[in-house]
Amino acid sequence: MNAPTTWRPRLADGTAPVLAVLAVLLVALAFAGPAYSEPTGYLALLKRAAPLMILAIGQYFVIVSGGFDLSVGSLVTAEVVIAARLIDGQESATIWVIPLLLALGVLVGLVNGLITTKLLVPSFIVTLGMLLVLDGAVFLWTGGAPRGALSPSFRVFGRGGIDLPVLGHLPWSVVILLVVLVAAAQFMRSGTGRTLVAVGDNQDAVRLAGGRVVRLKVLAFVLSGLLAALAAILLGGFAGVSAQVGEGLEFRAITAVVLGGVLLGGGRGSVVAAAAGALTLEALFSLLNLLGVSGALESAVQGVIIIAAVAYASLGANLRLGFRSRTATESSTRSTPPPHKENR
Amino acid sequence: MSASEQDVVVRLTGITKSFLGVPVLRGVDLELRAGEVHALMGENGAGKSTLLKVLAGVHRPDSGRIEVNGEEVVFGTPREAQQAGIAIIHQEFNLLEHRSVAENVHLGREPVRRGRVDRRRMEEDTRKLLDWLGEDGIDPAAPISRLSVAQKQVVEIVKALSTDAKVLAMDEPTAALADQEVELLYDLVDRLRKRGIAILYVSHRMREVFDLSGRITVLKDGAFVTCAPTTEMTSDQLVRHMVGRSLDALYPDRATDEDLGEVRLALRGAGNQRVREVTFELRSGEIVGIAGLQGSGRSAIARAIWGVEPFTTGTLELDGVARRITDPRAAVRLGIGFVTEDRKSEGLALRQSIRDNALLVRRAALPGSAGRKRSDLAALLKSVTVVARGEHQEVRYLSGGNQQKVVLAKWLAVGPRVLVVDEPTRGIDVGAKQAVHRLLRDLARQGVAVLMISSELPELIGMSDRILVVHEGAIAGELPAGASEEAVMGLATGHGIGEVA
Ligand SMILES: Nc1ncnc2c1ncn2[C@@H]1O[C@H](COP(=O)(O)OP(=O)(O)OP(=O)(O)O)[C@@H](O)[C@H]1O
Ligand SMILES: [Mg+2]
Repeated sequence: MNAPTTWRPRLADGTAPVLAVLAVLLVALAFAGPAYSEPTGYLALLKRAAPLMILAIGQYFVIVSGGFDLSVGSLVTAEVVIAARLIDGQESATIWVIPLLLALGVLVGLVNGLITTKLLVPSFIVTLGMLLVLDGAVFLWTGGAPRGALSPSFRVFGRGGIDLPVLGHLPWSVVILLVVLVAAAQFMRSGTGRTLVAVGDNQDAVRLAGGRVVRLKVLAFVLSGLLAALAAILLGGFAGVSAQVGEGLEFRAITAVVLGGVLLGGGRGSVVAAAAGALTLEALFSLLNLLGVSGALESAVQGVIIIAAVAYASLGANLRLGFRSRTATESSTRSTPPPHKENR
Repeated sequence: MSASEQDVVVRLTGITKSFLGVPVLRGVDLELRAGEVHALMGENGAGKSTLLKVLAGVHRPDSGRIEVNGEEVVFGTPREAQQAGIAIIHQEFNLLEHRSVAENVHLGREPVRRGRVDRRRMEEDTRKLLDWLGEDGIDPAAPISRLSVAQKQVVEIVKALSTDAKVLAMDEPTAALADQEVELLYDLVDRLRKRGIAILYVSHRMREVFDLSGRITVLKDGAFVTCAPTTEMTSDQLVRHMVGRSLDALYPDRATDEDLGEVRLALRGAGNQRVREVTFELRSGEIVGIAGLQGSGRSAIARAIWGVEPFTTGTLELDGVARRITDPRAAVRLGIGFVTEDRKSEGLALRQSIRDNALLVRRAALPGSAGRKRSDLAALLKSVTVVARGEHQEVRYLSGGNQQKVVLAKWLAVGPRVLVVDEPTRGIDVGAKQAVHRLLRDLARQGVAVLMISSELPELIGMSDRILVVHEGAIAGELPAGASEEAVMGLATGHGIGEVA
């Protein structure tokens, strides 16, 4: 390659805007609330954001490979309700309930993935169905009011932490989040991770290159389910048991991923940016809260963000590259991807 | 010169354009006269497609003048260019497969009657245009997916002309065509020229350029090199203008007896819906060409070997062992590589980087195999002469020829033992073509068995140690190295007699 090389790091994969927005929000928080004058304020924000960030990481795998996972919110609710019922306040139950919950997450992901890939039903529909099934099952089982209680040792993941000499009090959920994030980033740099993105871009090319498209897509759903289970464990500890813990989380996770510059329809975006998107969203809500904006506006804000981010991605990208027209060039027509590419 | 001055329909002066700060066009001048075929030549990435897009209003130039009929114009959108009488046929097809011919021709400009699309008129208009071109084999109501590649090309032309074009820019219109279909296009271009349309013609096939064009403009690295009447230029001079040095027109030496090893791939009576009774052997160290008309089953044989549409009858042996290959993964893992003829939809993940595409096969099919080092990848991309800004550039921003080279690199990265290449040099410039030819021959020398399909007969004959000719789904005969074009065409059209395999 002999042309002048302007090497652009992977970070530039749509990551820059979300990081900029995040930085602005974090600074604004310091001005808006006294709690953010010290690092502990930000640590608390990170702790609050951890479950959503983990969900966003799971959602990222599915979106980047060309699908959607709408079932994660109900899965979180189901997991928390089941945990409360099975543990019922007993310390000794914690140890076997946690693996069970994780296994349930994997199972739900597996079902989502297999129906999507084997029966060729669009993931949007499959996971919507799963959402309704899980919702219905939880309601049937609890009659609307969950019974039982979580044990203190279960809740420690969501609310506890360790005291470290220099850093001070470090919440477990932040530790878990960091481990997940590093592992996810590492995975996305591996061959399998890169191939997963390529599946979202052009699955025929991957299949014809000898890739196992079905397996990769199922893997994405399984990871999403597993991470949803993990998020449920943190949320249960943090927020306690209710039949509403997971409500709306699927859309919040999708918003976060889109905010992170990940292309709906797949094929582009970084996992770190998706997680940053989730943190940005939490920071935004905290800021609005501090400014006295009603919490009821949250979903409206989310809606605006999703539309703006997608519009920016399909329009802004072309403008930045100097396209004048959005109708005729092959590259720009491709930047609004068909919604369900997996169905082929 | 005043007569020709008057004929000038379009004049571009000092056009510059850069993408993300990298200059792609640096002050290009171009002048098109009514009724002339003007060839635009240059290496891959020289900026030909970009110049065409500037002319067609897709890109806006950073500086420079565009004049149409002596008046300066600024095109904000492709539609404005269309209204000024400029039509373009892009390098890749832009047809909607499941819509009819007429619908595609009128896309975005459907005639309306009483609030509804006037289908009847659309089809009538299309038929008129087809008649005008003398193409009566295409039904305006037929869906695109039923047409052959050549017919699709005609539809692209009709679509361009339906806007009342005075200028027609064609970006590699023959890249997807077989030789005899190219002949049809010749006729068509000739008729358009006689009707006073100015044609800007981009192609990497030398022969076409000399057959068709009246003048040639050469670009190199985005800069204007020369413009001269075709009769005043030899092909050697043209190559020197394009590449900056002269190239010998020779193909690499053919395989000698020592080069030939044992039989790698053997088909015995293999067949499926598309082909039948295919029997041949492919030895390590040799390059076997497959010739045939478009749709004769050339690609079907290749795709069957590769497991996309597997053989249903007969046997396939690899190194003497009978194998059933039912999907591409099995083929890849057995050491078969396949360069597809449709790079855009089958060969590349366009949003991914050059690096990710080049490593795709290795990562997707052979994980855990000893990783190629970074420097290795650079060397590999260099061996196929990819010109890009860096290995992290997205493939969709590469010029067509460079995309093709990435597809080649993707397979070379796994070191296959049998390499099936379907139109490996499609859209590649003369210099790089020679590099690819050498590369294929070097691979063969290292013991790879190469099966090569090409619509360009000189290339196929020049490269192959043996040529199999396919006619209507069966092998019509085998010809030795250096067979004449007539012999190949005779078998391919079902008239000639060859030494039957
Ligand atoms: N939208 C774009 N963004 C960035 N770079 C681009 C874009 N379009 C083209 N380029 C770059 O401009 C250069 C010229 O490309 P162009 O497609 O005009 O080449 P070409 O002469 O048509 O080559 P080929 O013979 O391979 O078709 C290439 O280096 C390409 O990478
Ligand atoms: Mg081009």
